[in-house]
Amino acid sequence: MAVQEPSPRTAATTTTATTADSTLPLKDAGLAAVLTGVLTLPLLGNHLIIDGTKTTLVTNYVPVLIAMALVFVVRLLRGPLDRALAAIPRPRLPAALGERQGLWLAALVLAALVFPFVAARGAIDVLTFALTYVLLGLGLNIVVGFAGLLDLGYVAFYAVGAYTYALLSQYFGLSFWLCLPLGGLLAALFGVLLGFPVLRLRGDYLAIVTLGFGEIIRLVLNNWDSLTHGPDGINGIDRPTLFGLTFTKRAPEGHTTFFDFLGIPFDSQYAVIFLYLIALALVLFTLFVINRLIRMPVGRAWEALREDEIACRSLGLNPTLVKLSAFALGAFFAGLAGCFYAARLGAITPESFTFIESAVVLAIVVLGGMGSQLGVILAALALTLLPELAREFSEYRMLVFGLVMVLMMIWRPQGLLPASRPRLELPQ
Amino acid sequence: MSAGAASAASPARSAPLLTVEGLQMRFGGLLAVDGIGFEVGRGEIFAIIGPNGAGKTTVFNCVSGFYRPSGGSIRLDGSEIAGRPGHRIARAGVVRTFQNIRLFRKMTAVENLLVAQHNQLDTSWLSGLLALPRFRRAEREGLARAAFWLEQVGLRAHANFEAGNLSYGQQRRLEIARCMITRPRLLLLDEPAAGLNPQETRELDQLIRRLRDEHEVSVLLIEHDMSLVMEISDRILVMEYGRPIGAGTPAEVRANPRVIKAYLGEE
Repeated sequence: MAVQEPSPRTAATTTTATTADSTLPLKDAGLAAVLTGVLTLPLLGNHLIIDGTKTTLVTNYVPVLIAMALVFVVRLLRGPLDRALAAIPRPRLPAALGERQGLWLAALVLAALVFPFVAARGAIDVLTFALTYVLLGLGLNIVVGFAGLLDLGYVAFYAVGAYTYALLSQYFGLSFWLCLPLGGLLAALFGVLLGFPVLRLRGDYLAIVTLGFGEIIRLVLNNWDSLTHGPDGINGIDRPTLFGLTFTKRAPEGHTTFFDFLGIPFDSQYAVIFLYLIALALVLFTLFVINRLIRMPVGRAWEALREDEIACRSLGLNPTLVKLSAFALGAFFAGLAGCFYAARLGAITPESFTFIESAVVLAIVVLGGMGSQLGVILAALALTLLPELAREFSEYRMLVFGLVMVLMMIWRPQGLLPASRPRLELPQ
Repeated sequence: MSAGAASAASPARSAPLLTVEGLQMRFGGLLAVDGIGFEVGRGEIFAIIGPNGAGKTTVFNCVSGFYRPSGGSIRLDGSEIAGRPGHRIARAGVVRTFQNIRLFRKMTAVENLLVAQHNQLDTSWLSGLLALPRFRRAEREGLARAAFWLEQVGLRAHANFEAGNLSYGQQRRLEIARCMITRPRLLLLDEPAAGLNPQETRELDQLIRRLRDEHEVSVLLIEHDMSLVMEISDRILVMEYGRPIGAGTPAEVRANPRVIKAYLGEE
């Protein structure tokens, strides 16, 4: 490898200025190239050739050399490249929509209400899935966006909600509509239980503890075989009913189907539409609650706490209680989403509640703009619908996802639609 | 100063509002405050002065509950408050400002005052969610109180400005208004005149007096601005290296040789 060095170095020195400074980037680029060589040697330099039952290891250094050359050139041209990149105009996105945000929200809701009656079944299904993430995003937005608490274990509350419904339905035959508030409340209770000891922590520390908590819940669900059936999860969870009317072809004992009741022929499309409408109703309920809360003293207290905890304490606000309220409320909505998730799929496993789910929901909040509800809704739709629309590229999903996050942090760290809480104004 | 003489006599008549005895605060091997004791009477303006690093702010942090004192007692109206959490002490009526102003900078002036009323407003979630008349009335009253206090500190016209965009002097006044709106019994001011020009300092002087006279609040302040301290204080405690070196009326303190040597003599 080292043998390769001299020729580009001499070539480069002749073209660039001969001041002492100019050798610095060269040295740097050379070092980077060597490092690349060392690091990529085992990965790019060796190839396994499988020929029937015979496996042979072939060494081929050409890819390594290409990688080294690439790194060398890019590293060497870093200065001009940076300048060129800086010259690229940054995308101009609308500033905070402010007052008009409500109008956009209303239009969006109207479109969402009409949608299932004109769309295809697959599209409704996908959008129902997306609405679950809208719900999760709105819930986490309370914790991260309004109260400024970094929660990396949000999926735990989602899991609590889902398992609450799955288990209560399986063991006690409780209905979806009863389990929905129960799931939310139980998730909120878990939020309080976790929150009480850890909310005195700040920033990174809180993030780490919540991350751990998320994993604990998942591992408990995975290993408590006698209750949760471990990794197999729970199957055959009852679907939601409409005032006791089921959307199945044949009604279980003691029930009537929706179709018999209305005297129309069975059509599975109705079940899909029904689930969609439940999801939409949950989202609207959440939006209503959050929109009230941010106009209430508790909403102001969240923002004040995010800004200055010490000042809050000096004014008689109990920081733990204020944080706990945000944490529990966020957990409550995750619990609702979890209940709905279990009812929609009819089967859940602990694998549905891995850390990546928390990361996606957090990405939704960050991408949408912390504290901005319209932004969070749009981001949730984008992050769940785009991968569905471009299934061929699904392998690159995480790659694109990462790229988008990096670009967002560079160009618009405040999110797509940054918004502030509505202010009470004093007439002049 | 006649008011000063009257107040100096008042602790004898009625029990003092705040009594600090043998206060001690240790940080590892360092005794930041040692054997500090004083009384703040009702309606009194009491100042703590001393060179930088004398432990004045540490005393403040102990009284306002940000530190748990290592020893001694702090009684508010006869009941012990030493070591209680800060928000409980604030609710008991001891509210403070900060040396480096701590407003909610991204919130408007009026919202700063609304946050401070958290414990007085209707915080029931049910009435808030449904926007019941009870909730709306509480919000209206809160706004009215905020308007009143903005008027008091001369910031009525800046009600809807972001606190961080106000001038330094305005921020100081807003911070005082934010304390006053919690209806405190004892107001702790940590260097309220720091960074103010002479004109603003004079206005602050009048404001503090007015708070005491019209709103029945006692004031405990730390200040470096000697003209302000000597002008408005009823009594003064002088600290050096965490220990008291003198106390009394402004005239007594000015005449105290130890104080002159430690503090005033340098000027």
